[in-house]
Amino acid sequence: MVTREDVEHVALLGRLELTEEEKEIYTRQLNDILGHFQALQRLDTGNIQPTAHVLPLKNVYREDWVGQHMPREDALANCPDRDENYFKVPKIV
Amino acid sequence: MTNYETVIGLEVHVELKTRSKIFCDSTTEFGGEPNTHVCPVCLGLPGVLPVVNKTVVEYAIRAALALNCQIAGFSKFDRKNYYYPDMPKNYQISQYDLPIAGHGYLDIDVNNEVRRIGITRLHMEEDTGKLVHQGTITTTPYSLVDYNRAGVPLVEIVSGPDLRSPEEARVYMEKLKTIIQYTGVSDCKMEEGSLRCDANISIRPVGNEQFGTKTEIKNLNSFKALYRALSYEVERQTGVLNKGGRIVQETRTWDEREGVTLPLRSKEYAHDYRYFPDPDLVPMIIDPEWVEDIRRSLPELPDARRERYMQEYGLPGYDAGILTSTKELADFFESCVSAYPNPKAVSNWMMGDLSRLLNAGGVELTACKIKPAQLASLLQLMDEGIISGRIAKTVFEEMFASGKDPGDIVKEKGLVQISDKSAIMAVVEDVLAKNPKSAADFRAGKERALGFLVGQVMKTTRGKANPELVDKLLKEKLLQEKL
Repeated sequence: MVTREDVEHVALLGRLELTEEEKEIYTRQLNDILGHFQALQRLDTGNIQPTAHVLPLKNVYREDWVGQHMPREDALANCPDRDENYFKVPKIV
Repeated sequence: MTNYETVIGLEVHVELKTRSKIFCDSTTEFGGEPNTHVCPVCLGLPGVLPVVNKTVVEYAIRAALALNCQIAGFSKFDRKNYYYPDMPKNYQISQYDLPIAGHGYLDIDVNNEVRRIGITRLHMEEDTGKLVHQGTITTTPYSLVDYNRAGVPLVEIVSGPDLRSPEEARVYMEKLKTIIQYTGVSDCKMEEGSLRCDANISIRPVGNEQFGTKTEIKNLNSFKALYRALSYEVERQTGVLNKGGRIVQETRTWDEREGVTLPLRSKEYAHDYRYFPDPDLVPMIIDPEWVEDIRRSLPELPDARRERYMQEYGLPGYDAGILTSTKELADFFESCVSAYPNPKAVSNWMMGDLSRLLNAGGVELTACKIKPAQLASLLQLMDEGIISGRIAKTVFEEMFASGKDPGDIVKEKGLVQISDKSAIMAVVEDVLAKNPKSAADFRAGKERALGFLVGQVMKTTRGKANPELVDKLLKEKLLQEKL
């Protein structure tokens, strides 16, 4: 059961500002989604390994080589604000 | 007043010295102009796919084996979600419930007692970018971010709650550093941040089984900071409990300048990371043969090496402990002993003159100009009587400064010891003639006068006279003339 407090908490963690109305809607919708998944809970999964990945892949590695870096101007091109060669971000705490 | 017992566990982050980052091919090199060691993967741009650097997994296994850990057969990466601009993706790729290794230990010596400290887990993760503030994080108007470090591979090594004092925590940290350095997977430079530490600490009444409420201390960037911050925190928590208060579970930061720990606002550090398996990365099934290959390639580790120095070379535990405290020092020692098989003499020179000169000059052993074979040949020159012990010290200093061979220095500066009896006798006679008072004093029973006379002979020969011969000839002459 998802409560309104859960929605507020998750919104805070995701830095989302929700209106009272939205909190109402999301609480109802999240409960609907969880209800839907509850059907799966009825399956016996006792002998099934937890899924770590949906594709049958394992051990995909790269070798330890250094490649091309991005030109700095490209790296900074999309940032909303910069100071010289740094990304500039609002006060954190 | 209640007596309390301190309980400490450490989380140590070690940067691995691979060439490239953990999930992309950007360089791991320290420093560099801001935001130049980056690519779309470590900047978290849309549509990119991280791929694990195989050497990171190898190094993590290597470090884990050196810490007596069991290696997981199945391991995976997870996303640790949090809003903080040190990661451009708003999550850090780490390992949650299936770390690469765990269930290990390391032994520490505290007050001549061996204490076994558990290693709960060792996992791989990516390092974060660096934030630059004007002043402190709480007073700065804005912050600047450099993502060069974002994605540099780390292992996090979590100890059990087994440490019982700030001193034990410091010794544990030093031992961990030594072992990791031996494995060669990290430089462990605290000043460059390649070795970092957070501590969990609580206190409980002596005899209690249950742990007290803990605080987590961050920003412990030196052995001294670790020791001081934990000592402060023991005092603080004891004070709170003795006044009938309660410890608040919180994250605190060490303020080096003020010498205090301060609470960080808890909201930003909410431990609600909503971990889930990273769908970009596939699971790792670790081949036991790979693990055994890595195990076979491990060097002899500090504890075993120390034991061997005591058994094989007959060195005191103190010498053996210091000589094996870094791999470089131990390698230097063994290389020297193989050329000059008198371990105690080599040990004395290394722990004495060599470490004195290194410390005074602020020189690392790896940058030292004296090579092990050169120290060996210096000791041989002494044994062969070509130079005296006193001259050897002068030669050693010259070797340290110039890196020249001791034989060449002795030749160039004309420092060959005078062992020619008649040559020394001539000087002895001269000195006695010039110092009749001292000669008379000695004959009158004043042993101390002999020292002065020996000194005069050495001075005249600029230290080159064979000291034993000088002593013998002086006594001979003095006693002869007494008759």
